[in-house]
Amino acid sequence: MNSNGTPLPDNHILIEEVTFSHGQRRIFDRISLTVPRGKIVGIMGPSGTGKTTMLRLIGGQLKPERGIIEVDGRRIPQLSRTELFQVRKSMGMLFQSGALFTDLSVFDNVAFPLQIHTDLPKDMIRDLVLIKLQSVGLRGASKLFPNELSGGMNRRVALARAIALDPQLIMYDEPFAGLDPIAMGVVVQLIKTLNRVFGITSIIVSHDIHETASIADLIYVISDGKVIGSGAPADLFKEDTPRIQQFIKGLPDGPVPFHYPAADFRQELLDGEITSHAFFR
Amino acid sequence: MLASLRNLGQYGIDLLTVLGRAGSIWWLAIWRRPRLANAPLVIRQIYQLGVLSVVITVLSGFSIGAVLALQGYNQLVKYGSESALGLGVALVLVMEIGPVVSGLLFAGRAGSAVTAEIGLMKATEQLSSMEMIGVDPLQRIVAPRLWAGFISMPILALMFSVVGIWGSSLVGVNWLGVYEGAFWSAMQEGVDFRSHVLKGIIKSVVFGLVVTWIAVYQGYEATPTSEGIATATTRTVVYSSVAVLVLDFFLTLVMFNF
Repeated sequence: MNSNGTPLPDNHILIEEVTFSHGQRRIFDRISLTVPRGKIVGIMGPSGTGKTTMLRLIGGQLKPERGIIEVDGRRIPQLSRTELFQVRKSMGMLFQSGALFTDLSVFDNVAFPLQIHTDLPKDMIRDLVLIKLQSVGLRGASKLFPNELSGGMNRRVALARAIALDPQLIMYDEPFAGLDPIAMGVVVQLIKTLNRVFGITSIIVSHDIHETASIADLIYVISDGKVIGSGAPADLFKEDTPRIQQFIKGLPDGPVPFHYPAADFRQELLDGEITSHAFFR
Repeated sequence: MLASLRNLGQYGIDLLTVLGRAGSIWWLAIWRRPRLANAPLVIRQIYQLGVLSVVITVLSGFSIGAVLALQGYNQLVKYGSESALGLGVALVLVMEIGPVVSGLLFAGRAGSAVTAEIGLMKATEQLSSMEMIGVDPLQRIVAPRLWAGFISMPILALMFSVVGIWGSSLVGVNWLGVYEGAFWSAMQEGVDFRSHVLKGIIKSVVFGLVVTWIAVYQGYEATPTSEGIATATTRTVVYSSVAVLVLDFFLTLVMFNF
């Protein structure tokens, strides 16, 4: 049930026929997908396919040109600025860079959402922050500042901050990128636990196939602005569409081009035209 | 012909877009809902923007006051009217040089810092993550800085003038030997609060608003790269310095009944 007493839809997120462009470049072309409540959903695809853009569309930081984006039955692009900030309290987002507030300590970073959005007494906020930090293994680092942390630690603090308000939905932007094997295992486990124990709907945007496949209930593979394959990981691995196979097996070239669109290589070498703007004046 | 017309139109549209975006930042940050809960943030920014600019303001005020006394004395002594030195220096400082020079210093010291800070917050996704936590960065980051600029600038300008007058009295009275009684009494006689000091304060309030507004806008709209932030910071200093000087002309025109 939501605050109005109406039952929540089965799909936590509904995206229908969404079109979005960055300047001249079309990122999504009438893309549709759904995220079932309480599941872990992986959104995968090669770099530059707009996976992060998808998260920003769901979070309302970008507006689509056309199409429907619903979270908990509320149409995100139609919300007013104030409503949008309200809705975001029930979402957590883990940014690829961590995006911690550099002027606040680790403790204060995690306490920030609690201090702003709740009226809890100070000692309770303190306990909650320590619990969250304990769960990412960084309680001991609570006095440090973000510039004193490694990339992986930064990400874990950001995760503690993302779960501070116990959101119903967490969006992970490349949660495994650049982590050492131990931290990676911890984060994988953490995402799984958060989902199983608290029933948090999770969206993982990633190109780490094996980590994502190991915990996701459902995977969407996106390429060229469209969903080119979807299903449970096991089914997806069996699917013999060349595009999906190429992505899953990590083949350099195939239907999904490794190369950015370019003129013929031989022709360009022979042309002698210089494209550098910095070194050859 | 057609192309230049098109360029002109495009320039007009771009200009209106900038004004619109800057205006909406202003509206969303300040006028929509000033919050008492943000008071500690404002105080912190008053420290960052105002208090930390005191040293440079005081030093500049002292030097300019001293120089005004030296040059003023040189001219006035020819006509035997060096007793008007205090009056002249005080009027020039309070009405013009105080607000204008402290406005320029504020743009260089505080404006550039605001732009660089907000630009870097944008580049490191701190503004985005704040939005996703459900906190409006316009209220949390931008509004306190605007308020702080608005509050600090007139105080800095007053400090500038006061220290400048003190500097000129050290040079004029203690060094060059202008009669002390004349120096101060002419000033007391000739400088009026409403028609001189208040107008200087109004000027500095306007400069404070405009400089911080430009700084905040440039930071918020900066391209999130190292080059983009560098450009934005430069723009803040250039635009706000020009704005201070141009606005000073128009404010003088309007307020002093020309």
